[in-house]
Amino acid sequence: MTTRSVVDRAIGGGALALAALAPLIFSDYWVGALLTQTLFLGIVASSLIFLSAYGGMVSLAQVALYGIAGFVLGNVVTNGNTKGLNLGWNPWLAVVLAIAVTVLVAVLFGLLASRSVGIYFLMITLTFGVIANLFFGQVTTFSGFGGISGIPAPHPIGPVDEHPNRLYYVALVVSVLVYALLRYVVRTPFGLTLQGVRDDPVRMASLGYNVVLHRTLAFAFAAVVAALAGVLFVWWNGHIDPASIDLSAMIDVLVIAVIGGLYRLEGAWLGAFVFVMLNNYSRQIDFVGPRFHTLIGLVFLAIVLVSPAGLAGIWERAQGALGLGGGAAPQPATAAEAPTRDADV
Amino acid sequence: MRGLRHGGLGLTLVLVLLMVVWVLFLARGTTFGPAVDNPKDFLITTLNGVTAAGLYFVVASGFTLIFGLMRVVNMAHGAFFLLGGYIALKLQRHWVGEGAVFGLTSDQVNLRNWVLPTLIGALLVGAVGLGMQQAFLRWNQGQELRQALITIAIAIILADQMLAHFGGVAQDIAWPGTLDRFVDLRVAGVQYTTTRLFILGLAIAVGLALWLWLKKTRTGMVIRAGVDDRQMVSALGINIQLTFAIAFFVGSALAGLGGAVGGSFASLAPGVDSNWLLNSLVVVIIGGMGSLGGAAVGSLLLGLTTNFAAAYLPSDYTYYSIIFTFILLAIVLSVRPLGLFGKPA
Repeated sequence: MTTRSVVDRAIGGGALALAALAPLIFSDYWVGALLTQTLFLGIVASSLIFLSAYGGMVSLAQVALYGIAGFVLGNVVTNGNTKGLNLGWNPWLAVVLAIAVTVLVAVLFGLLASRSVGIYFLMITLTFGVIANLFFGQVTTFSGFGGISGIPAPHPIGPVDEHPNRLYYVALVVSVLVYALLRYVVRTPFGLTLQGVRDDPVRMASLGYNVVLHRTLAFAFAAVVAALAGVLFVWWNGHIDPASIDLSAMIDVLVIAVIGGLYRLEGAWLGAFVFVMLNNYSRQIDFVGPRFHTLIGLVFLAIVLVSPAGLAGIWERAQGALGLGGGAAPQPATAAEAPTRDADV
Repeated sequence: MRGLRHGGLGLTLVLVLLMVVWVLFLARGTTFGPAVDNPKDFLITTLNGVTAAGLYFVVASGFTLIFGLMRVVNMAHGAFFLLGGYIALKLQRHWVGEGAVFGLTSDQVNLRNWVLPTLIGALLVGAVGLGMQQAFLRWNQGQELRQALITIAIAIILADQMLAHFGGVAQDIAWPGTLDRFVDLRVAGVQYTTTRLFILGLAIAVGLALWLWLKKTRTGMVIRAGVDDRQMVSALGINIQLTFAIAFFVGSALAGLGGAVGGSFASLAPGVDSNWLLNSLVVVIIGGMGSLGGAAVGSLLLGLTTNFAAAYLPSDYTYYSIIFTFILLAIVLSVRPLGLFGKPA
């Protein structure tokens, strides 16, 4: 084991320990609002980073998928008093249904978008995302402009107002599981094939691998992760409306992934933390005030220009400069240089 | 994949046939009823579709021009649209006055006070686009994803700054009195708005001008050569950077022009930028990136689809019309992943 990976592991372990003890250290507001938000935004961003780093697919549809899970959950668990279907089902059954519907939609999106990569994939998934946003804005059967309110978190977890720590721990456990699962999947034969498809789709196709199938499966798998984040978001927020998944929200998650670095899974939560902190504290600075999005745009621009690999990339360069380097972590080609031609196979 | 493509083609034909039969004979319970019973509203819907396509084309042709030559997906295109609209709006208000609560009416505005603000808006947006290209994109050539991310950052900043300067309330530019009238088409008793016909005329003029420019002038020749082989063009001693700059200026100015026209046709508000980014993306994904003819066909398909879906769905379900944009995308992507006129890079 190299010095570098020891340092990385120590930092990771430290961060996890700190996260586990957070309710003892930080205020309720920090835990209930900021850290919980960091965790579920990190989860949805990790689904994007997984696709981008290991599949070469920078997807802007992750927020739409997260929103679809949220809207399904909202429609199914509420009982009267709000927009939507108000079916009043068992909340755990609703979670299963939310994930299942999201995956079905993702298979459809994936099949349509998977014959393209790079910026084409980015554009196609962006249109899917905006269409999902407009769909929920227009179709009053499922939501409409005002969205669905009063969505409760199920019993042992909620009500969130009374027990903010419980939802925090659920989000933490889900984050750790998602991280472990993603790390595991990329080492399975499926994950290795996916990376082969990322690097050279034509060669993989001639070796007999079904390129579109692998991309679509990866997309559907990432949708499960995004759907989990959507469920957590809705439990946390109690409300979801089309503005939760509009273009600005899509870009927020992209910004998180880019801040974290588009090719390291850990970067998702790091990026989410930076984003949530900026979002919360910059508003108190006089010259930023309500212009948070200008600030985040400038931060985003600076990161894309200076370090396309995000904060994780800066960290790696710093380690290299400090002489901690050893074998580099298994690095896929940085997304910024990923091949962008269509592989029409 | 061949099977899927052929199946897709057959399915497409059946679907289109079903839709035509529905609109012509069966569409009872819809806003207008079947076309054989109500040719007047059928004609109006067709005209609405074609004229909407005109505006889609003006905006998307700029997008596709930039992409075709430089492989830059300008995600700030929607923000440029909105910026052009706001500049024209402010200039018009500056020259004519603020008007009543709902802004100016067309009888207060003469032709000059519409044309000049529109042209200045287009030129200024062209300059903004040129500035963006020179400052941020020029030294990142070839890094397609990074360039797309840079333009997303610019779009976030622009959208937030426009919200700060122009507010969140929808405003619209007044048409000049000379244009804002009805004309008797002498077919089925249709009275049709001149402004919509003007938009169509403008789109045809823009299309013709672009076509002549690209086919008949030296700059156009260099652009077409640059689309096919950028390196060879530079190797021949042609200043391709100058050509890039011109194309970026023209492409951005077209977004600004579209914004001024779109701001007169509908209104300007936050969120309009993401709708127009969506429109441009859908048009070029359908038509094929970088193809002018593709942009024209894509615009027509999108314009007709949105207008017919809104008018010929059963009255209780008209809000599902957004689904048809998705279906259109899905059909094209499943039959031709590169768009109808797309060529591999």
